[in-house]
Amino acid sequence: MLRSLTPVAIAIAVLALVQVLLNTFEMEFVSVLAMKVGISVILAVSLNIINGMTGQFSIGHAGFMAVGAYTASALTLTLADYRLSFLPPALSDQVYFVLALLVGGAAAALAGFLVGLPSLRLRGDYLAIVTLGFGEIIRVVVQNSPSLGGSLGLNNVPGYTTVAMVWFWAFVVVLLAFRLSQSPHGRALWAIREDEVAAEAMGVDTTGYKVRAFVVSSFFAGVAGGLFTHYLRIATPAKFDFMLSMEVVVMVVAGGLGSTTGAATAAIFLTLLPEGLRTLFRSVGPEDGSWADKVDQVRMPIYGLLLVIIMLTRPQGIFGRHEVWDRWLKPKKKPVPA
Amino acid sequence: MLEPVKTLGTRAERKRLLDVQGVKVAYGAIAALKGVSLSVGEGEVVALIGANGAGKTSTLRAVSGMLKPVGGSITLRGQDITGHKAHTLVPKGMAHAPEGRGIFPNLTVEENLKLGAFLRHDTDGIEADAEKSFTFFPVLKERRKQMAGTLSGGEQQMLAISRALMSRPQLLLLDEPSLGLAPQVTQTIFRILREVNAQGVSILLVEQNAHLALGLCHWAYVLETGEVVMNGTGAELLQSDDIRKAYLGE
Repeated sequence: MLRSLTPVAIAIAVLALVQVLLNTFEMEFVSVLAMKVGISVILAVSLNIINGMTGQFSIGHAGFMAVGAYTASALTLTLADYRLSFLPPALSDQVYFVLALLVGGAAAALAGFLVGLPSLRLRGDYLAIVTLGFGEIIRVVVQNSPSLGGSLGLNNVPGYTTVAMVWFWAFVVVLLAFRLSQSPHGRALWAIREDEVAAEAMGVDTTGYKVRAFVVSSFFAGVAGGLFTHYLRIATPAKFDFMLSMEVVVMVVAGGLGSTTGAATAAIFLTLLPEGLRTLFRSVGPEDGSWADKVDQVRMPIYGLLLVIIMLTRPQGIFGRHEVWDRWLKPKKKPVPA
Repeated sequence: MLEPVKTLGTRAERKRLLDVQGVKVAYGAIAALKGVSLSVGEGEVVALIGANGAGKTSTLRAVSGMLKPVGGSITLRGQDITGHKAHTLVPKGMAHAPEGRGIFPNLTVEENLKLGAFLRHDTDGIEADAEKSFTFFPVLKERRKQMAGTLSGGEQQMLAISRALMSRPQLLLLDEPSLGLAPQVTQTIFRILREVNAQGVSILLVEQNAHLALGLCHWAYVLETGEVVMNGTGAELLQSDDIRKAYLGE
């Protein structure tokens, strides 16, 4: 127990230091980027648990993210009027924020359980369709709920999200994904991915493990959703559309299905890519920067193109199921085409 | 020719391990099994032979819980297991090596074996059993760090059998262990199956190669279009004219 908490303690210390530095030097732009990247990492690494390790193709991550986002935002909005008098206001806010994130994550996990239990008996394409449908249902329901602000969304969500908070959760999900992949539970997930019938024959409760993987994955999607809205200061249904789910799927597939560091690397790269393009377009395009404004429009075609290129040249993703450092640590294992 | 299996006395004296009574299985509207009854005694090798589509694999899958029968009953050591899910039967002593080997291609040989012992927690015992499979099939030891998908067909079958044995089953269900293998490799596998049986594991064997199966088993059932049409000792069936004509090509 102590051994497993040490890395968490170190991470908290390091992140607190980074946060202090960012605040002192007022690095606004770097902070915004770091938060965006961190949220992407949480989304990609958590989706990798279900899509990569377990091999169940879910394309509704934005739906679970929305559940967490709205739950957490509604909670902080309600709690904003109350203060924990014995704490300084900033700290009191953060305590509420952590609480809201946990509740948001739990709500998303519950949604994951409810969606997963019936649909994880399905295989392949069917599961993808169900999760896609779920994501859209959530969006449409929120859009038509006046209590959640309808299509205008929840405004004035407090901007509690900090770089340290985002990266703390990113750290937690990465650590958990690693521990999981090396545990017997992780081995069961690998087995399901490889051959479900055989996994069942080994005594693996395949439906049970799939649902558990789905619940864990959804929990972190919900947390990421909470971090996302408290960074944007607004929760609107339009943010949680199919495109967002697709972006996360692209990160996981590009990084290599089953590789935690692969998913994280791809998330970092693909989140920074639009920013890089923006800078590039500003320097080569017309003076007024009209090209740079179009980055968001060209991003999806570039994503699509990237995915096509990766699928043609390296269908197992950039890192396959290996971690970034496997190349140096272990003798190379050649994956076999299925 | 293989030497005969250990004799066990008459069939009536043996305690029943598995009892299948009138099991029916349907795929949609199509009945695959129209009421199959068979039994496996303790320590026996029982073979299930028949043509393609006779229902051999369906029977095995119904027994191991991968298919839900629409009728009939299955009992294991007197306990009703009809319709139980496959993963709940592993701790009850049943292991199924599915058709087409069903190994995990992108995991190493070692990882495959560990997964066979998924429900066990005795690390030392698991190690010992892995070593035992390496003595049965030395080639697996050489390949233990290799991805299972890179093994040859025969080696994959050896791995599938070893992996099934890792759960220390009392009853091993084997689906077509000779499928697509060279005769020599098949001989090796059948020799090992005999050894496994001699150590007390009962085997329910589905096999296209009737000659081999009848040579190995204590008792055999012949399936035809979803029904048991004949049963008897391997030797009896080998002598039967119908069997010789239909399955042995004589």
